Amino acid sequence: MTTWPILSVTTFLPLVGALIVYLSRGDDEASRRNSRWIALWTTLITFAVSVILVMRFDPSNPDFQFVEKANWLATGITYHMGVDGISLPLVILTTAVMPFCIIASWKAITSRVREYMMAFLILETLMIGTFSALDLVLFYLFFEGGLIPMFLIIGVWGGPRRVYASFKFFLYTLLGSVLMLLAIMALYWNGGTTDIPTLMHTAVPRSLQTWAWLAFFASFAVKMPMWPVHTWLPDAHVEAPTAGSVVLAAILLKMGGYGFLRFSLPMFPLASHDFAPLVFTLSAIAIIYTSLVALMQEDMKKLIAYSSVAHMGFVTMGIFAGTMQGVAGGVFQMISHGIVSGALFLCVGIVYDRLHTREIAAYGGLVNRMPLYAMTFMVFTMANVGLPGTSGFVGEFMTLLGTFKVSIPTAFFASFGVILSAAYALWLYRKVVFGALVKPSLMSMKDLTFRECLTLFPMIALTILFGVYPKPVLDMSAASVQQLVNNYNTAVTAMKAAALLQ
Amino acid sequence: MSFETAGYQLAPVLPELVLAVGAMALLMLGAYRGQETTRTVTSLSVVLLIVVGALVYMQPAGKQVTFGGSFIVDDFARFMKILALIGSAVTLVLSTEFLSDPSRRIFEYSILVLLSTLGMMVLISAGDLISLYLGLELMSLALYVVAASNRDNAKSTEAGLKYFVLGALSSGMLLYGSSLVYGFTGTVSFTGIAATATVSNVGLLFGLVFLLVGLCFKVSAVPFHMWTPDVYEGAPTPVTAFFASAPKVAALAVFTRVTLTAFPGIVSQWQQILVFVSIASMALGSFAAIGQSNIKRLMAYSSIGHMGFALVGLASGTVEGAQGVLMYIVIYVAMTLGSFSIILAMRRNGQAVEQISDFAGLSRTNPLLAFMFAMLLFSLAGIPPLAGFFAKWYVFVAAIKANLFTLAVIGVLTSVVGAYYYLAIVKTMYFDEPAGQVDPVRIEVRTVLAVAGLFNILFALFAGPVVSVASAAAKSLF
Repeated sequence: MTTWPILSVTTFLPLVGALIVYLSRGDDEASRRNSRWIALWTTLITFAVSVILVMRFDPSNPDFQFVEKANWLATGITYHMGVDGISLPLVILTTAVMPFCIIASWKAITSRVREYMMAFLILETLMIGTFSALDLVLFYLFFEGGLIPMFLIIGVWGGPRRVYASFKFFLYTLLGSVLMLLAIMALYWNGGTTDIPTLMHTAVPRSLQTWAWLAFFASFAVKMPMWPVHTWLPDAHVEAPTAGSVVLAAILLKMGGYGFLRFSLPMFPLASHDFAPLVFTLSAIAIIYTSLVALMQEDMKKLIAYSSVAHMGFVTMGIFAGTMQGVAGGVFQMISHGIVSGALFLCVGIVYDRLHTREIAAYGGLVNRMPLYAMTFMVFTMANVGLPGTSGFVGEFMTLLGTFKVSIPTAFFASFGVILSAAYALWLYRKVVFGALVKPSLMSMKDLTFRECLTLFPMIALTILFGVYPKPVLDMSAASVQQLVNNYNTAVTAMKAAALLQ
Repeated sequence: MSFETAGYQLAPVLPELVLAVGAMALLMLGAYRGQETTRTVTSLSVVLLIVVGALVYMQPAGKQVTFGGSFIVDDFARFMKILALIGSAVTLVLSTEFLSDPSRRIFEYSILVLLSTLGMMVLISAGDLISLYLGLELMSLALYVVAASNRDNAKSTEAGLKYFVLGALSSGMLLYGSSLVYGFTGTVSFTGIAATATVSNVGLLFGLVFLLVGLCFKVSAVPFHMWTPDVYEGAPTPVTAFFASAPKVAALAVFTRVTLTAFPGIVSQWQQILVFVSIASMALGSFAAIGQSNIKRLMAYSSIGHMGFALVGLASGTVEGAQGVLMYIVIYVAMTLGSFSIILAMRRNGQAVEQISDFAGLSRTNPLLAFMFAMLLFSLAGIPPLAGFFAKWYVFVAAIKANLFTLAVIGVLTSVVGAYYYLAIVKTMYFDEPAGQVDPVRIEVRTVLAVAGLFNILFALFAGPVVSVASAAAKSLF
């Protein structure tokens, strides 16, 4: 087996692509086409390389694989990369979603195409880096660095209230993250290093656990986003261009869940156990409250944004249940939500490109003109509802199952979310797709083009495949999740035993 | 006993001697050949600064002391001196356009910058209160004149006068503080003071406070910052770039040396002062900058805030803290010089423009300039992976180790507020409609911008060596 740094190549390939786009000067139509094609090929090659990762990945090994380590800053801060069963699915999700984002922007973006493609490629590097960094400083670098391209994507190519939305997105996220930065520093002094695998085996004093947990929570809860710090998300989603929304929903939100899995549970198990009721409460509120809010929305993107918050509630609930089913379900739900919500935003983008409005009331009866679209939209709506047979069901069911073992009231309230999600998703679908086609503006709507089919059909396939056969994702993460859950339970049991002895 | 063996070697002061003699020679050149030599004198001054920098670089590693302990050359001093020399040389390069105007052909400008730099080098190497004051005054007197160098401009002369009056006041306070310290410890040398000042008494504390007031004035830390916005706005832009870089290096260096080598016995006494000063500077720097419409005034508040961040490192009073200060100042100088080269590049129809609204739509009229400035602004806000993040990392990591949690939390929160106004400029450049073309950028400005910009963007790649050098320099203080 060759020893080329495959993970670093995956991470930094998009950056190379961005450089190539930069070097292709000019602003005429030809150069725009060039930058689109370069961006598409870069993302495709990156995806191809990441497929090699999957093929060489050993799912029975719970530890980090493809590890690369190099000196970076002096004193315990290194360039350390690697993936395990929890991060690899997210890396693949990222590399898989990006080509769709580029294709979705093919016609929709007409101004400053070169810069747009560069921003997306740089963002891809930072996202893959976030999931594969094994050093806290390196992680923070990628995690926070993503703010810059996303800020520009929302602000330059966004809708009418883009300035407000981009500032809110940036400052909200930054505020959460700077507190995490201080916790990282505290961990650095506690363990003498910022190496994540080392820190996972370093005992953290109880008081530091509490504070560090809260600081990490501040960052990840905003990123996730959890109620009540979710308010930046609907704004950012509504104003971002379609591909921006897709990236935001499919990948950026997952960084929060990934953070909980990578840091909160393994490094601060006792604090995680202490704060689990808090997370359960917030998750249950998020699931019910944001579902109700979603029912009241008049903007399609806003509705889906609120539904994202609700679905992320299932993820946090499952993760902090600390059971095998809960955590595995959380991972699965993240992947599933990445595909489904990304696809839903693409669906909204398709009608938006034709009519330039996202108001639900402006649509109705689309099924008469756009049967193919109606079918596609239905699959994703059903997946969003969590209909058995779609990937949405597996994640929701497993997280509920995992939580039920730990906290019955949480599972009880969270299951209302399943009903409510059916209410708002079906309501949206009925308003947009069914009914009589009476609005004159809709009479000339064309059905999906080949390019749009190209973006949506693979996602349909994945949604249904993972719905009936979730094994590939679950197997990939099983060993790592098992190890995580075991370590967590050992730490909690030890604490309880110690408490009994006193 | 020969002069040399009594601790009065001249080798450690060789760079300073070369600089002083060189400055005198250039002064003669200018005085005898008239104002036509401005260009020559400026170029030769840059060469002289580079030569002096090389001499400093070639000095042997380790600590050398001369003039009976009042002049110290250690790794810390060499680090800071090279940085100050870079700051001075770059600002002289940036000044060529300002000096090319027929009405402003003043060769004295470069000489004053050289003399001020000489003052900085003495200040950085100061080993007792006398040489500290000597260096400080040499630096400041030259700065007062440089601030007013645009003689026909009322704002420039006002800036010079204001700076002089307030600067003189602060020098007075510093001198008063020095005399109190001398009175209560019986010595002016830092090592002597450190040996005596192990327990605090009220008199010594008074002296320390007045000493710190003078130093705070020089680094423009709150509450002694009032001169900064007016001087930054009023002085010609190259001069502002100079003020924001080299003198800050020297002042911060002496601040670090005085607190850590002269008063290590009473850390808890000056720590609370520094905690207050840095919190106040960070907060004022962040909040007051929000309302600014002039970019130079905004940079003034920005630099007040940044000095606050640098002092966070110093407040911890540890090796890590000193290392943080060193990292901060290196990155700060690069970011500042880069930002000012952009402000200098912003010219429309031959006129310099300095309102923030003038940057509108720059990303479309001059994408590269806008991109560089955006990256510098994100870096100033401390967003990774840019250089500014590492600066903040090293000061806050020291504060966390010293258990200064309140300071650290307030610090990072103000950095979020600060991010707002940096973002507002990015927004103007990227989201707004263009306000018109900018003139072609001069080659020397472009060069400075390219070097500073790349340093800033690619810092993560070569951070390791910089960290090691800064760490060695910090250790030489302890």
